[in-house]
Amino acid sequence: MAVSWKRKDLLGLEELSKEEIELILETADSFREISLRPIKKVPTLRGKTVVLFFFEPSTRTRTSFELAAKRMSADLVNIQTNASSLLKGETLKDTAKNIEAMKVDIIVMRHSSSGAPHLLAKAVSPSIINAGDGSHEHPTQGLLDLFTIKEHKKRISGLNVSTIGDIMHSRVARSNIWGLTKLGANITVCGPATLIPPEIERLGVKITYDVKEAIEGADVINLLRIQLERQSQNLFPSLREYAMKFGLDSDKMKYAKKDVLIMHPGPINRGVEITPEVADGPYSVILEQVTNGIAVRMAVLYLVSGVKERKG
Amino acid sequence: MVLKDKAKIMDAEQIDKTLTRIAHEIIEKNKDIERIAVVGIRTRGAFLAERLAKKIKDIEKREIPVGILDITLYRDDLTTIAEQPVVHKTEIDFDIQDKIIILIDDVLYTGRTIRCALDALIDFGRPKNIQLAVLIDRGHRELPIRADSVGKNIPTSQNEVVQVKIQEVDGADEVIIQEKED
Repeated sequence: MAVSWKRKDLLGLEELSKEEIELILETADSFREISLRPIKKVPTLRGKTVVLFFFEPSTRTRTSFELAAKRMSADLVNIQTNASSLLKGETLKDTAKNIEAMKVDIIVMRHSSSGAPHLLAKAVSPSIINAGDGSHEHPTQGLLDLFTIKEHKKRISGLNVSTIGDIMHSRVARSNIWGLTKLGANITVCGPATLIPPEIERLGVKITYDVKEAIEGADVINLLRIQLERQSQNLFPSLREYAMKFGLDSDKMKYAKKDVLIMHPGPINRGVEITPEVADGPYSVILEQVTNGIAVRMAVLYLVSGVKERKG
Repeated sequence: MVLKDKAKIMDAEQIDKTLTRIAHEIIEKNKDIERIAVVGIRTRGAFLAERLAKKIKDIEKREIPVGILDITLYRDDLTTIAEQPVVHKTEIDFDIQDKIIILIDDVLYTGRTIRCALDALIDFGRPKNIQLAVLIDRGHRELPIRADSVGKNIPTSQNEVVQVKIQEVDGADEVIIQEKED
């Protein structure tokens, strides 16, 4: 691990090198043990202030970042966007400038517009961590998926990973594709044609519309949530049809390898993209992903907080 | 900064004999051997911990739990150094509650590493006591910390570096003094 961390921000996996991704994963591996201690706290980020700035609903990611920051002794502020001055017409940049003026160190941000964290990263000096921007990237989810796969399979390179579901609107899919391809996995995406973005193969992935083909030979199957609000856009006929055709159930699991890993970034729609017996079954590592998320976020907070060059 | 080898303080045999002596000292000092566990500070202290535990085990015919501590997250200079040091794993797979913890490191110098290690250990529980063993004590303490067992006291100037080399990391067992040249 010759590489050291130089980035003020973590905006996506697209711009990271293989070595930087590996550095985060190895750092996360060292942090995991902290959450298993009787006293789940280390003093590392004492005196640092972390602001959670979430413009979209989130349970997992927000709680995970909050616990990661608190277990490292950082001070934490949650900004409720439905009770903030943004409702009074303040621009995102002005709000961020004001937060910066309160001398915070790290802003963890989720926003419905792709690129919003990138805008703030240039505008303010605190570190910006992207916790999901539009349908662009969700880097810490991509990292925790890599971490979970590596933990089970001991490698990433050469694995066959199939991602099934709404690829079009999924920031998780994009971060996963960037991370997995950089580390040498073979990726297949699968879903209804209306939910596969055009030219996605240029990212180095294989496309199939046949779910059996996606399941067969896969070392990892990553299911994406069918965002229920998409159905109103008539992108697929009905949830029931989606579930029959693409939903992973015990019947379709017959095609899967005996040591397949079933992953899902959550929240899961039971009975749509995955049936309960698969979600709670022996191949599922869905809850391990959640546990690993804290270690990965601790690693990211640790690495960005050490960067001294802080041009906004 | 260039380092020039100045003197060899210990060779492999002396290191081994010194660890044997420290093992005997620990056994002599502690009546309840069943409580003893050895914890080494990364990187080189971790290997010394394995060796020391084996020596105690060979003498007492009893398994001695061994742990490894990475003190990076407890350092007091994280806000001043250029970039974040690589964090390695802390591996303490046993309950330290009411144990006698033999904390071991290669060189005792300012005492700041030991301060970190004490804080880290106490986050794992409440040991009965913690005793410090070091292969080399080179002086220049900046904190009120002392070792219970010392392999060798070496008076040094702050212009010198004491390097403990360990077979598993450096390919040989030896202790050398180097001098900084600018």
